[in-house]
Amino acid sequence: MSNIVWLIPLFPLLGTLLNALFGRWIDRKAHWVAVPALGCSFLLSCAVFLKVWQGETFTGDLFPWIQAGSFRTSVTALVDPLSAVMLLVVTGVGFLIHVYSVGYMHGDPGYARFFTYLNFFVFSMVMLVLAGNFLVLYVFWEAVGLCSYLLIGFWYTRRSAADAGKKAFIVNRVGDFGFGLGVMYLWVALGTLDYGEVFARIGALSPTTATVIALLLFMGACGKSAQLPLHTWLPDAMEGPTPVSALIHAATMVTAGVYMVARSHALFERSGVALDVVAWVGGITALFAATIALAQTDIKRVLAYSTISQLGYMFAGVGVGAYAAAIFHLVTHAFFKALLFLGAGSVIHAQAGEQDLRKMGGLAPRMMATTVTFLVGAAGLAGLPPFAGFFSKDEILASSYHRGPLALWALLLIGAFLTAVYVFRVVFLAFFGAPRMPKEVAQHVHESPLVMTVPLGVLALLTAVAGAVGIPSAHGMAFARFVSPVFPLPEGVDHGGLSAYALLVLSVVAATAGVLLAWLVYRGRPVRAEAIGRPRNRLHALVLNKYYVDELYDAVFVRPTLRAAGFCARTLDLGVVDGAVNGVGRLVVGWARSMRALQTGYVMNYAMATLAGAVAIVGFLLWR
Amino acid sequence: MDAAVRPVAPLLVVAGTAFLLLVLDLLPPRGTKRHLGVVALAGVVAALLVTVVLWGREARAFSGMVVLDGFALFFDVVICYAAALVLLLSMDYCGRHGIESGEYYVLVLFSTLGMMLMAHAADLILIFLALELMSLSLYVLAGFFRWRLTGGESAMKYFLLGAFASGFFVYGVALIYGATGSTALERIAAAAGARPPGPLLVVGLGLLLVGFGFKISSVPFHMWAPDVYEGAPTSVAALIATGSKAAGFAALLRVLLSTFKVVQPDWTALLWGVAVLTMTVGNVVAIAQSNVKRMLAYSSVAHVGYVLVGVVAGGALGAGGVLFYLLVYTFTTVGAFGVILLLERGRQEAVNLDDYGGLAESHPVLALVLALFLLSLTGMPPTAGFAGKFYLFGAAVRSGYIWLAVIAVLNSAVAAYYYLRVIVYMYMRDREGVPTGAVPSFAGRLALGIALWGVLQLGVMPAPVLNLAQAAVAPLLR
Repeated sequence: MSNIVWLIPLFPLLGTLLNALFGRWIDRKAHWVAVPALGCSFLLSCAVFLKVWQGETFTGDLFPWIQAGSFRTSVTALVDPLSAVMLLVVTGVGFLIHVYSVGYMHGDPGYARFFTYLNFFVFSMVMLVLAGNFLVLYVFWEAVGLCSYLLIGFWYTRRSAADAGKKAFIVNRVGDFGFGLGVMYLWVALGTLDYGEVFARIGALSPTTATVIALLLFMGACGKSAQLPLHTWLPDAMEGPTPVSALIHAATMVTAGVYMVARSHALFERSGVALDVVAWVGGITALFAATIALAQTDIKRVLAYSTISQLGYMFAGVGVGAYAAAIFHLVTHAFFKALLFLGAGSVIHAQAGEQDLRKMGGLAPRMMATTVTFLVGAAGLAGLPPFAGFFSKDEILASSYHRGPLALWALLLIGAFLTAVYVFRVVFLAFFGAPRMPKEVAQHVHESPLVMTVPLGVLALLTAVAGAVGIPSAHGMAFARFVSPVFPLPEGVDHGGLSAYALLVLSVVAATAGVLLAWLVYRGRPVRAEAIGRPRNRLHALVLNKYYVDELYDAVFVRPTLRAAGFCARTLDLGVVDGAVNGVGRLVVGWARSMRALQTGYVMNYAMATLAGAVAIVGFLLWR
Repeated sequence: MDAAVRPVAPLLVVAGTAFLLLVLDLLPPRGTKRHLGVVALAGVVAALLVTVVLWGREARAFSGMVVLDGFALFFDVVICYAAALVLLLSMDYCGRHGIESGEYYVLVLFSTLGMMLMAHAADLILIFLALELMSLSLYVLAGFFRWRLTGGESAMKYFLLGAFASGFFVYGVALIYGATGSTALERIAAAAGARPPGPLLVVGLGLLLVGFGFKISSVPFHMWAPDVYEGAPTSVAALIATGSKAAGFAALLRVLLSTFKVVQPDWTALLWGVAVLTMTVGNVVAIAQSNVKRMLAYSSVAHVGYVLVGVVAGGALGAGGVLFYLLVYTFTTVGAFGVILLLERGRQEAVNLDDYGGLAESHPVLALVLALFLLSLTGMPPTAGFAGKFYLFGAAVRSGYIWLAVIAVLNSAVAAYYYLRVIVYMYMRDREGVPTGAVPSFAGRLALGIALWGVLQLGVMPAPVLNLAQAAVAPLLR
C-alpha cells in the first residue's frame, strides 16, 4: 500500500504546481488539469479504502524531516479505517465539487487561480488526514487555513470578501495559537509527537496535564470547526465562491477539528474533563447556531449557521464518547451539506448572483433538478428517515441520552427540531410560492448545466442511501464495526429495548414537527417579501443580529486592539523604536564608509595588512 | 581498479579530461570552443560519479601522501558541483564576452584538480603543491578579460598577494618540519603529541593559518577578494568564491583537526577572534557597496566567518556543520553569480544595484530565482541557508560558545540589509533608463535550476545530507 498512499496527495500537488506555474497559458482549460488530478486521487483513495477494508493498515515515513538535537520528526503517513474514511470523503466530495466548479466558475477571470487554490486545498487536506504525527497535522492544519483564507478572499477586489478572509484568518489564529501550544506541551510532556507513541504512553500523563493539553488542542478545533466562541468567521466566509463554501466550509476543512479530537480521543479520555467540555461546547453551539439560522435572510448564511450547528452535534457526539457516530455524522453531513450548498449555488447561479431569500420564490417549476436534489438534502439535514442524516443524527442523540447528561440530550433534541424548521423555511421560501424577484431576473431563471446538476444528483443519491451503513443491528452499526480498530466498540451499553425505539420515534417526531411548522408559517399563507427579515420583537431582533456576538467582539477585542496598535505604531514605533533603529543604522553605515576607506586598492597596503595579520596571529599564538 | 590509484581516481578523471582538452583544442572546429566546454563538463560529471562509486571506502596511496576517506569524498562532491555549475554558466558567457578559448576550460579543470587534491592531501608538501596548482590556474583565469584594465588588475593583485601568502605558507611548513622532522600530517601529529609544543611548531602553525586565511579570504587577508571578483569574469569569480574556499577549508580542517589537536585550545581561541572579525568586517563593508559583484565578494568574506564559527565549535556537529554549510553555500553563491551573469544592460554586465530596478516586472522568473538565492544567503527558511546557519550556530551553542553564536546571529541580521536591498530594488523600484535584459542561455538556466534545486532540497529536508556530512568528518575526529 505504501506506494499508492503517497500518490494520493501527489496528484493534487502536481495539479497545483501546473496551474500555478502555467495557469496564465492554461487559463480556460485549467479544469483539464485539476479535475483529472482529483479523479486519480479519488480512485487511489478507493483502492486504499478497499485494502483497509480487508484489514490492512499502513504507517510509513516519507522522509526524515527535522533533526535538532533530540528532536526528530518525520513526515509520516498513517492509514487506518479512520483516515481511509476521511480520504474517501475528502477526495470523493472534492472531486464532485471540482466538477461542479467547472460550470459555476465558468468565465471567471481567475479561473486558473481558482483551481490552483482548490487543488492545493485538497492536497493539504489529504495530508492533514494522512498525517501520522501532530507536527505534520499542525503544518497542514495551517495549510488548509491558508487555502481557506485565499478562497474566501478569492474575489479580493470586493471589500467584504477581503475583510471576510482576514477575519477567518485572524479568528483561526486565536484557536491555532492554543493548538500550537498544545502540540509543544505534548512534546515537552511526552518527548514525542508520533500518534502511536503518544497514545501508547498516554498513561504517563497526569490527568491535569492531559486536560491542559487536550483543552489547548480543542482551542484549535474550536477555531477550525467554528464552535463557540470562535464561530464568527464561518458565516462571513460565505463571501467566497459557493463551491468553496461547499467543499471547505461545510464538507471537509471545518470538520478537521472533529477529526482531530476523535483522532486524539485517548488524550481526551485521559483527561475526562476535556471530554465534558467538548460535549457541552458542541451541544450549546448546536442549539445556539440553529436559532440564528432561523432568522437569516441570506441563503448561504442559513446554511453556514446550519454547518456550525451540525458541527456542534459532531462535537457533542465525540464528547460523550460516541466517536464512530460523530465520524459517521461527519460523513453524511459532508454529503448533504455539500449538496445543499451546491444546490444553493445552482439557485444563485440561475439568478445572476442573488443570494437573498426575500428575492426568491417559485423556482421549483423552472429548476426541477435543483429543487428535487435540494429537497433530498434538506430532508437529510432535517433528519427525516430514510435519509442518511436521520441515522447519523439519531445515533448521536441516542448516545448523548445514554451516556451524557439529560440536559445535553435536550439541547440536541430541540436543536433537531429547529434544524427541520430552518431548512424547510429555506425550501419553501426559495422554491415554492410566488416569485418575488424583479421581472427581468425572473425571465432569465434557468436550470444549471449538466456539469453542475450531475454532481447534485450524485450527492443526492449518496444522501439517500449512505444511511444504510448506519442502520443499527444486533452487532452495532456496520460503520462502527469498520472503524472499531480506531474506536473500540462501546461495551455494556444497552442499545436494545423500548428506550431506543422511543428515542427514535422522538427524533422523528421532532423533525416532522419542524417541517410542519415551517410549512404552516411559510407555505400556509402567502409570504410578503418585506415581512421576512424584519425584526418583529426583541427576541427576533436578538436572533436576527446573531446575539450581537460580532458587535461584542468588536467592542471588547477589535477596537481596543486597534487603539493599542495605533499607539504602538505612532508613538512607540515611530518615536522610540525607529529612533533607535535608525540611529544604529546610521552608525553602521558610517562605520561601513570608514572601513571602506581602508580598502585603498593599493597592493602595497593589502600586503601590509597581510603582514600585520601574520604578526598578530603568530604573536597571539606565542603569547598563549 | 588498481588499489594504488583508487584514492586518486576522481582526480585522474579530471586530469585526464584536462589533457584530452589540450589535444582537442588543436583539432577542428576552430571557430567555436563550445564543444570543449561540454567535454570538460562531462569530465567533471564523470568525476562526480566516480566519487559516488567510491563512497564509503577508505584507502591511502603514494606512501601515505594521498588519502581517500569520507571527508575527501564529501569535498570532491562539493568541488565537482561547483566546477560543473561554473562550466555550465561559462558556456554562453565566455562566447558572449569573447573569452571563449580552449585554455579557459583547461584551466578550470586544472584548478578543480588542485582543489580536489587539497582535500585528498595528507602531507603539507602535497597540500602546498595542490594549493599552487589551484591558485596558478585561478590567477590566469582571473585575468581573462585581458584587454580590460580591471581584468589585468584583478589577476595581478591576486597573483602578487597570493604569492606573498604562499611564502608564509611554505615558511610555516619549513618551521614545522624543523620542529617535528616530517611534513606528513600523521607524523607531525605523533611528534607534536609526544612532547609539549615548542615555539617553532606554534609559529609554524600560525604561518600556515596565514596561508589558509588568504585562500579562504578571512580578515585581514581578505582585501584581494572584492578587487579580484570585480575584475574577473563572473563565472571565475563564482569558482573562486565557492570551489577554492571549499578546498581551503578542506585542507585547513584536516590540518587542524587531525594534526594540531594538541594545540586545539590555542587555535580555537585564535579562530574565535578571526571568525568575529571576518563576519563583522565582511557584513559591514558589504552594506556600503553598490556594485553587486563587490557586494557578493564581501558577503563571501562574511560567510567565511560563519563557517569559522563551525570550525571553532568543533566536534562532529561543528565540523559536520561546516561541510554541510559549504555545500549549501556553493549552491547558493554559484546561483547568485549565475543570475548576475545572465543579466545584461546596454551590452554590459548588469552589476550595479540600479540595474536591478523593476527586474521583477520584466523578468519575473529570474528575479524570483535571484530573490531565493539572496534569501538563502540571508538565512531565511525554507531555503538551505537557514538550515546551514542553524546547524553551525547550534553547534557553537552546544560547545559553549554562546557569545560567538550571538555575534553570528546579529551579523546575519546586519547581512539581511544588503541582501534584501537587492530584492527591494527588483520588486519595489521602477526601472530607470535602459532596460536590463536577460541573455537566453539553456546551459545557464540549467545551472540555475540545479542550484535552485539544491537550495530548496537542502532547506526542506536537510537531515540526510547533514548525516552524510557528520559521518564524513568522523575519521578526522578519531
